Amino acid sequence: MVKIKNLRIPGYQPVSLQIAANECIGISGVSGSGKTRLLRAIADLDEHDGEVIVNGIHAHNLPAHTWRKKVALLPAESVWWFDTIGEHFISYNDNFSTLGFSAEVMQWDAAHCSSGEKQRLSILRLLENRPELLLLDEPTANLDRHNTTQVETLIQHYLHENRAAAIWVAHSVTQLKRVAQRRFVIHQGQLQAAGHDID
Amino acid sequence: MQSLISLSYLDLSLAALLVLALIGLAGRMQLGLSRQLAIAAVRTTVQLSILGLILKAVFSNVNSLLIAAISAVMLVVAAMEILSRQKRKLHRRWGFGISLASLFVSSFVITLLALLIIIRADPWYTPQYAIPLLGMLLGNTMNGIALGMDRLVQTAWQQRRQIEQRLMLGQTALQAIQDIRRDSMRAGMIPIINAMAAAGIVSLPGMMTGQILAGSSPQEAVNYQILIMFLITAGTGFGVVSVLSLISRRLFDSRQRLRFERLLRPESVSS
Repeated sequence: MVKIKNLRIPGYQPVSLQIAANECIGISGVSGSGKTRLLRAIADLDEHDGEVIVNGIHAHNLPAHTWRKKVALLPAESVWWFDTIGEHFISYNDNFSTLGFSAEVMQWDAAHCSSGEKQRLSILRLLENRPELLLLDEPTANLDRHNTTQVETLIQHYLHENRAAAIWVAHSVTQLKRVAQRRFVIHQGQLQAAGHDID
Repeated sequence: MQSLISLSYLDLSLAALLVLALIGLAGRMQLGLSRQLAIAAVRTTVQLSILGLILKAVFSNVNSLLIAAISAVMLVVAAMEILSRQKRKLHRRWGFGISLASLFVSSFVITLLALLIIIRADPWYTPQYAIPLLGMLLGNTMNGIALGMDRLVQTAWQQRRQIEQRLMLGQTALQAIQDIRRDSMRAGMIPIINAMAAAGIVSLPGMMTGQILAGSSPQEAVNYQILIMFLITAGTGFGVVSVLSLISRRLFDSRQRLRFERLLRPESVSS
């Protein structure tokens, strides 16, 4: 259960929002409308006012790095700093095969991965921390239809298994209708509800 | 011991002619160096002459307050020099404070220790020992600190996305910048490590050369040179460590967010 109370970032109307366990909400909006900044504030990477509470725990009661393990932000473009993919992970796990990677992937040269591979791997890297709230910024922007479906399934499965919540930012409203139970649009600094199609 | 052969102004003029010849050559090759060379040569002449006059006065009249004042001026000028060597310009107040604090640890404290415990002149602040020692330490640790600082700020700026990615994955600020810190530490220490390794084989260190020219026995000169080398190494090491930790602390806020605007001037953050 996630509560966002009066979250304020410059140029934004205060945002208040509740997300249930196992729920995914979708946010769309034109480029530059501030979707990324909203996610960064929730992950406490940018200064902000207001409160974010995840499963009863306030952000300011946890050291920032512990908070970011709980509240995991997936940036639109991932960064890999070690030579091989494997050095960025604790170990190979079942999620890898769900996204179509065999154990060999751990030896791959990070610099030679395609943007689609990096995007899928960065989701796996994010899930290793077992976050309770996922903040996904365009998680399938570089993926073909097949891989997009796999990622959507993996995330939904993860939320269900861990009773976690997610905020999914995407341009494609069709995708948000598929993955999110509630949808919002950011328009002129305001987060507006955009239809409820609870399934 | 033979007495020192003193140099006349004519001797110095002959050496100056060599520099003039170089300036002429640089001008003809259009290297754009002539002006810089000329200014630097004039500066070195004027600055050292003034220093000579000051030291003459200080040596003849040992006054602890005067020595403290001179040391303070040296420290402040060295801190300003560190700032001027940074490619990304730091906020003046913070940059200056951080440089000054690191120089204080690396040069001031080490010089004090050396004077009080190792050299034990009477009085301990005897200017013939105190001022050259502080000068050697400041000059060398200043280099290390300026290099380490520049490397840390530059690399952190270039790799800011990587640092934030690490923060997003739950690393602490310290973990996120650890690799860059290690590189910067190396960058700051390499000159003195190289100098120690090459001393006596490839290069004859300046201070030792001076002492030998002035008539000291080579053994005495060597002992002093080793002492200085060790002091410089320790000073540079402590200085670079403190500048790196002060800068990294300033680079992140209490919630471990990367905050370049806390460290850099606005024009350095926008580019």
